[in-house]
Formats: sequence, C-alpha cells, structure tokens
Amino acid sequence: MTDTLSITPELVAEHGLTNEEYELILSVMGREPTITELGIFSVMWSEHCSYKSSKVWLKRLPTKAPWVIQGPGENAGVIDIGDGDAVIFKMESHNHPSYIEPYQGAATGVGGILRDVFTMGGRPIANLNALRFGSPDHPKTRHLVSGVVAGIGGYGNCVGVPTVAGECTFHPAYNGNILVNAMTVGLARKDRIFYSAAAGVGNPVVYVGSKTGRDGIHGATMASAEFTEDSEEKRPTVQVGDPFTEKLLIEACLELMAEDAIVAIQDMGAAGLTSSSVEMASKGGVGFELDLDRVPQREENMTPYEMMLSESQERMLMVLKPGSEAQAEAIFRKWDLDFAVIGRITDTGRLTLKHEGEIVGDIPVAPLVDKAPEYDRPWEPTPPAPALHPGDVPAPRSLGDALRTLMGCPDLASKRWIWEQYDHMVMADTVQRPGGDAAVVRVHGTTKGLALTTDCTPRYCKADPVEGGKQAVAEAWRNITATGAKPLAITDCMNFGNPERPIIMGQFAGAIQGMAEACTALEFPVISGNVSLYNETNGEAILPTPAIGGVGLLKDIDCMVTIALKTAGDWLYMVGESAGHLGQSLYLREVCGREDGPPPPVDLAIERRNGDFVRSAIENRQVVACHDLSDGGLLVAAAEMALAGDLGFDLDADWGSLPDHAALFGEDQGRYLVEVSEGEAFEAAARAAGVPVKRIGFVGGDTLNRGGERLISLAELREIHESWLPNYMENA
Amino acid sequence: MKSAVIVFPGSNCDRDLAVALEKVTGFRPIMVWHGEADFDKVDLIALPGGFSYGDYLRAGAMAARSPVMKEVVKRANRGVPVLGICNGFQVLTETGLLPGALMRNANLKFVCKDVWLKVERTDTIFTNRYARGQVIRIPVAHHDGNYFADADTIRRIEDNGQVAVRYCDADGSFSPASNPNGSIGNIAGIFNEAGNVLGMMPHPERLIEPALGGADGRGFFESVMQELVA
Amino acid sequence: MKAHVHVTLKTGVLDPQGKAIQHALAALGFDGVEDVRQGKFIELKLAETDAEKARASLDEMCRKLLANTVIENYTIDLVEE
Repeated sequence: MTDTLSITPELVAEHGLTNEEYELILSVMGREPTITELGIFSVMWSEHCSYKSSKVWLKRLPTKAPWVIQGPGENAGVIDIGDGDAVIFKMESHNHPSYIEPYQGAATGVGGILRDVFTMGGRPIANLNALRFGSPDHPKTRHLVSGVVAGIGGYGNCVGVPTVAGECTFHPAYNGNILVNAMTVGLARKDRIFYSAAAGVGNPVVYVGSKTGRDGIHGATMASAEFTEDSEEKRPTVQVGDPFTEKLLIEACLELMAEDAIVAIQDMGAAGLTSSSVEMASKGGVGFELDLDRVPQREENMTPYEMMLSESQERMLMVLKPGSEAQAEAIFRKWDLDFAVIGRITDTGRLTLKHEGEIVGDIPVAPLVDKAPEYDRPWEPTPPAPALHPGDVPAPRSLGDALRTLMGCPDLASKRWIWEQYDHMVMADTVQRPGGDAAVVRVHGTTKGLALTTDCTPRYCKADPVEGGKQAVAEAWRNITATGAKPLAITDCMNFGNPERPIIMGQFAGAIQGMAEACTALEFPVISGNVSLYNETNGEAILPTPAIGGVGLLKDIDCMVTIALKTAGDWLYMVGESAGHLGQSLYLREVCGREDGPPPPVDLAIERRNGDFVRSAIENRQVVACHDLSDGGLLVAAAEMALAGDLGFDLDADWGSLPDHAALFGEDQGRYLVEVSEGEAFEAAARAAGVPVKRIGFVGGDTLNRGGERLISLAELREIHESWLPNYMENA
Repeated sequence: MKSAVIVFPGSNCDRDLAVALEKVTGFRPIMVWHGEADFDKVDLIALPGGFSYGDYLRAGAMAARSPVMKEVVKRANRGVPVLGICNGFQVLTETGLLPGALMRNANLKFVCKDVWLKVERTDTIFTNRYARGQVIRIPVAHHDGNYFADADTIRRIEDNGQVAVRYCDADGSFSPASNPNGSIGNIAGIFNEAGNVLGMMPHPERLIEPALGGADGRGFFESVMQELVA
Repeated sequence: MKAHVHVTLKTGVLDPQGKAIQHALAALGFDGVEDVRQGKFIELKLAETDAEKARASLDEMCRKLLANTVIENYTIDLVEE
C-alpha cells in the first residue's frame, strides 16, 4: 500500500468501518484521508480500542473506594495497600490470536498485560490466567490447551514472574472461540506511579524496546470481527513474542523510572504506535509530531501505514523531560534495547506524521478520540429459566459414584498438569501455591500478602446474566476471604459474542448490572478491565463470560489459611445456609446430563455478612482451614480439602427435609466450609455475628465418609482427581 | 563471608539467590554484571537461575561465553567455590567447568514442583550440614534439566563420587517416577573433580523459610558459611 | 558469502523432541517414518570471501558457540550467492 491510494468504499469496508463511520471521518478531516490516516481511524475506532458498543454500559460499574488510587482509563488500575505500597493490576483478553496460533497468541497475551503493569511503574510480581476451552471431545481442543499452556509458561517463566493462579474449564460453546484472559499484578511505591498523559511542548517522544516489523498489522481490527471459516488464513498477522527482550525491557524501564526522567509512558499494545501516541496526546491535550524515518525497523521498505499499525511486541513510547535523553539512552543501551527519539510534543493538538520529508498524516487528536462512535445497541434481557426444585432432580444411585464423576470431570479435575508447567515460585514470595481458593504472594520484604484469584461461572451467566454477573464478583470476593485476606478491588475481562445481536447485548447489560450491584455491596470496585466482543463463529456465541480478577490484602501472612485439612479430630462447619439449589449445578450437568434451571441467587447482604465473619474467625485463629463452596457444592469442597491436607473426614450432618444430594451437591451461594478446633467458641462467635453455622462432620482417617459409611478412599479419590487432565493430554 | 551473584541479561533468580544468601549467611552479596571482566575478591561465586540470553541457541550457551565467565572459570580453577543453580548449572556445563550437558526434559515440558533429593556427599563445602543419605525437599523449575553425559563420563563421575544430589522418592528410593526430567542416574547435581564447583537443577534458595513451604534448602548456604567462616 | 550450519544431536544421545515428532507423524497416519532426529539450522552471512578462511572461522564458531560438542555434531556448507 502507498499513501497515494485513493479511498474506495471497498477499502473502507476492508478496514471494518461502516459508511456512517467513514462519513464521520470525512467531517473530522474536512478532506479525504490518506491511507495511513484511514488505517489510524480504523484501529482507533475498532471495538477493541474504542469500546464503542460497551462504553455506555461500562460507565455503570463502581470504580471508587478510599483505597483506589487509579481506576479504569489508564494502562492498569492502582490501589493503595498501606505503608506507601501500591498494587497495580489488570486482566486482558487475547482470545482470537490464541485460537489462531495458541502458543504465540497466549505468550503475547502475557507479554502485553505485563507491559500494561510495568508501564505504570509496577514490578510485576504475579501472573494469573483464566482459560476456557471447547469440549474435550472437539478435535482442536487438545492442541489448543497444549499450545496455550506452553505459551503462557514459555513467556511467564522466562521473564521470571510467577504464574500463581487461574482457572481452566471446558464447554462446547467455546469450540470455535477459546478464551485466554491473562492478568498481571505489580507492586510499586505509591509516590512512583507513572501515567500516560503527555505534557511539555517540545519534549522528546522516545521509542524503546524491539524494532518494528510487519507483525500483527490489523490485529486490533481482527479482534473486533467475528470469526469465519477462513480466519485461519489470517495466521501471518499473529505477533511473535520475545520474553527475553521483555525481561530486559522491564529491568530497563524500572531502572529509568527510579530516575527523574519520565514525563509520560505508554506501552505499544493493540494498534501499536497509533494507539500509544494518540492516547498519550489525547490525555495530555497536546499534539505529537513523529518522524517515522526514525522508527527502528526490522524489515525493509516499511510504509507509514505499516509502521503506524504494526503490533510488534515489546515496545514502549515515552515522553522524556528535556535533557534526559542521554541518561535514558545509556540505560536502554546497557540492556541492549533500541532507543530512538522519534518526535516531539507540539501545541497543535494534532498527530502529525512525517516520512521521507513529506507529511503522510495529520489528524486532529481530540476528535479522533472523542468522536469515536459510541453505540447504545439494542438489547433484550435473557428470559428467566423456569425454577428447578431439589425434589425434581433425581438422587444418584450411589453418593460415592456421583462424587467420583464430579471430581474426575474436566471442570473439577485437578489442573496440576497445567500449573506445574508454570514457574509459580520464582521471586520466592509465593506463600500459597496454585490449587487453593486464591494464591497468596508476599509483598517482598514485608509480612503482608496479596490474595489473588480469577473467577467466573459462565453457565450461570448464560442462564441469568444478572445473577451470573453478581456471582462472578461474589465468588472472587469469597475466594480471597477464604484465605483470610480483605478483598480490595477487581479487574474484569468481559468476553461476549456479537454485540449487534440484541440477546448478546442483553447478556452484556445484565452481567454489568449484576457486577455493579455486587461491587457496590461488597465494596469491591472495578479498577481496570478489558472487553472482548464478537467471540462467535458462524453465529454460535460463547457463554457470556465476565471473568473477574480479584486482589485482596493480608496484613500478616502468618494469619493466612489454606484449604488443606490440618488435624484429625477437628470439626467441620458449614458457614451459611443450604437451600439445595441444583439449577445449573455441576451435579445436574455431569451426573444427570442436563444444563437447565436458574443459577443460584446471590444475596449480597448475606454474602457480605458471612464473609466478614469468616475473615474475622480466621484472624482470631478459630478457623484453621477454609474453602469457599462453589462448583460442585459441599461434598466436592470437602473432598478438595481432604486431598490438599491428605486427611479424610466423616460428614454426619442431618439436613432435615432437604434431600441429601441437594445438600451435598447444591451450589447455594454465600457459603464456606471451615475446619475448627474449638467448636463451642466458634459457634458463640457465629451467634454473636448473626451468622448461621452448622457442624456437619469431623476430620480424620484416610477415607471420605458420609454418616460413618465410606464413600471413597483418599488414594482412589486422588487418582481420579489427578488423572483426568494428564490422561486427556497425553494419551491421545 | 563475601559472595558474588553473577547477573546475566535474562537471569531471573538473581534476587532470590541474593536474598537467600543474605538471610542465611547474614552477608549481602555483591551483584556482578555479565559484562564485567573483573570483580572484587569473593569467597563464593553464585550463578543464578533464569533464562540468560533467553536461553536462545541452548540453555546457558551464550552466558558461558560472556566476559565475566572467563574470570569465573579462572577463579574456579584456583579453587574458589562456585555454585550454579538451574540456569547456573547449565552455564557451568557449557563452560566445561562441569562435565555433561543439560538437555530438554524427557517429557518436553517445563516442570515446576517440589522434588525429593538424596544427599550423596556430606564431606563437601556445599553439603556438610546435611546427613549422608538425607532426603530433602526442594523445588525444581526448568525446561532443560535432563542431565546427560556419555557412558565413560558417567562412570568417571560416579567413581569419583561427584554426584551431589539425586532425585528420589520421599522414602529415599529411586524410581523413574521420582525423576522429573529423565536425567541419567537420577542426577540432580554434580561437583567438579576438585569439589569446589557445584551445579544443581533444584532451587535451594526457594525453600529457606517455613512461610514458603519449607527450609530444606538452607543447608547448602549454611554449609558454605560453616566452611568459609569457621 | 553465506554459510549454512546444521547442528544435530550425536548418535546415541536421546532426542525426545525427535521422538515426539515421530509419534505425532504416526498419529497423522505417516507410518513409514523409522526415525526422526531434530536439529538446528543456522544461516550466516559472512564478509569473508575466501572459502578456506571462512570454513576455518566457521569451524571455530561451531566449536565455541553454535554447537555443544558434548552432545552435538555440526556440518558446515558454504553457499555462493
């Protein structure tokens, strides 16, 4: 492509722009745009960059709390954890690239989210990832799991940031669109946070990192279009990650950030040089003049269009204080990274691009950003599912067999095969490793800890987006609480189908409503996030998946608990109440072969009351092990605690009129299973807090028992739980 | 006790190793950049884990040719204790200070987990705080930890008692299941002939306090400390 | 001139990657594959114009860096441009 191309309707359509959007471009420009300018508009106005379908809804999410330093709108959100420390975090999707090329797609997803965090001055200290794959029977699934896991590990292990938690589930709705959502958590000093707003007319604009090649051109528009069968043809546009360079970039940036040289900094993520320069200029209300001949290039004869749209990885854009170029350059040279002054800040408010002595682009920044289309798309609510009473769901022929089925099913089976491929211990601060409710990493050099989790139950969201949205937030809050930590804030990754369909837009709107209610009630604001739409293939949409990444604070890691049972003779208590809700439960799906009914309702007041009580009981050292009740219900949670602690139990509770299988497999919300040594003191504390607790059994032995009758031995349970994934992956 | 941690571009356990050395020995090590051809006189040189130069070409290959390694080899040959962990072990084999090579794990996957190790020698500067045959638990985290050497070399290593630690089961027995990467003879770490250079794949610096899940790794650092300060 | 260097595992050194490829080929229905050994191919562009000197220098490069002679063999091919 050259800059002398005239803009035809076909070219406009190829850029994913509607006729109306192109008319708007003409009115902003007052003339026909050059091809480079058209490319810039197309990526800036793509769904991925502009949030044009979702913005109107995202505004409804609560984003404030006294501990929030920076909410959505920057590279990542920032919270205050006391003592001058701040935590920076965000989750982001890399769904489409990971489906096309799983290793590189997942790897560059990790690289991108790491950059979002260290751009702001945070040293990355933990990675998490939420993965959704298609049915295990689908011919592509094994290859995708293998590639995605290797890619996440290949990148994260090399940069030396521990991958400490995540989730991985399977459902046929993801057969044509997997989800790869990566989250990074970073640590900074509160007074050393870096932002992206450019300032200071005349200040140098500096490019650092890797050279620019032709990779990923139009990645951002690809992530905003539905898949068709020929999408695999798009493979050449997938970017390749270089974790070694990223590691150097982290060290070089953090080294420079310790000096007083940076005015503003932004990573080059989706839409590369375009979105980084436009966002920096727009936030600072200034203009940028870039000399594209100075952009470090990996390939020959690159056009301005290609340079502006390239998504080559491991690159950053900075505005430096005048006179600090030499100091900055010395640091980047030491780390063997490219460093080039490619432009300066102007007072024109325009993005001006020069190439070979000519102006090849000249766009007013404010309208490029502010006039981006915003759609309030039509939506329709998901009709409520008919109620499903516990009595209408058959009991299993054998409780033990039902437990075997659940503990060995793809969603509940151990994910050890995955997390043992991730270095989850590097940095030597991982105090709670993968496999529990939340991972806990120590704040280096202190006794504080951060509890980290990702959660979402997409089948709930499909059946009832509002309750599902609530539940996703509530479960993240519960998982953090179950370690003893105080939940502080979340990041969200909103994965949905085609927003131009009212039912999908209704799922989005409903999930936002539910999340907003939960965030408010639990004081758990959204501080960063990302939206991934058009996750559908040939009209088949994914389950609505608002993945939640949560962060909580433990004042003292000495007060942390895990899910592992500790001591024979201790009591098991359930905190909260069971109504035996089996609608959308895993019991219903895995044992009865049905996916119906409404999801369990979330009573946020009860959720908060029960969680606050559990946290205080952990702080008071009354609770020695704790697990939240979620997928699979009470018996599955108890089984997971038994495996983690290598200790059996006997559940001898009587449920009154509630059928046993509904009590044991129901997925009612707001519940925890805890191990307690001093039962009476614990009950007294619960009474005082007005929280219902029920003694349901005791710890001991090497079998799992119900009312004295053996369900299964620990050894057999472990075999079932641990073997599914390795067998699936390795015995093709 | 003065120690140096060598930092290559792409090292990522350099801080962990320095923290462990300081916590256990009470002395903060100096950090030496790969480009430095000379550095202060020290009692111990430690090569950390990570992915030096991205582990591109072969794990440890390019780090082994960096300026600082010429000096490390020189000092090792003069008897200065050198400890290489994970990537550090790979670098040591690539320099020839230790025999053999570390190849891709037999199952081709990166592996991060706690493993059991049997301590084979306790009369060395790195292991004197352990009991002979003691079984300890320490994590591994690597993609290329599959120890290989030709049959003659293996025989020589075994005859000389150069094996420091071997992967084993919790009860100290050896089985294929206890070998996380396919290493010949379950070899997890070896000494040079003189005994002043130790390379090992497991990461003792990651388990030096109960908060991290155990303290079995302390012994390596305590041993050096005992030897050098006593 | 250009040089092509092939680095391969020595005979007798186990090659798990080669085995995995062979297994995958068999799974795809390519039954006749009796053995697979995976190696590296390195292309170098040299300023040197004298073939003999180039070969000598390449040999040194291989021994010093490109191959680990504990486990690997190498071959050098000079390619005229």
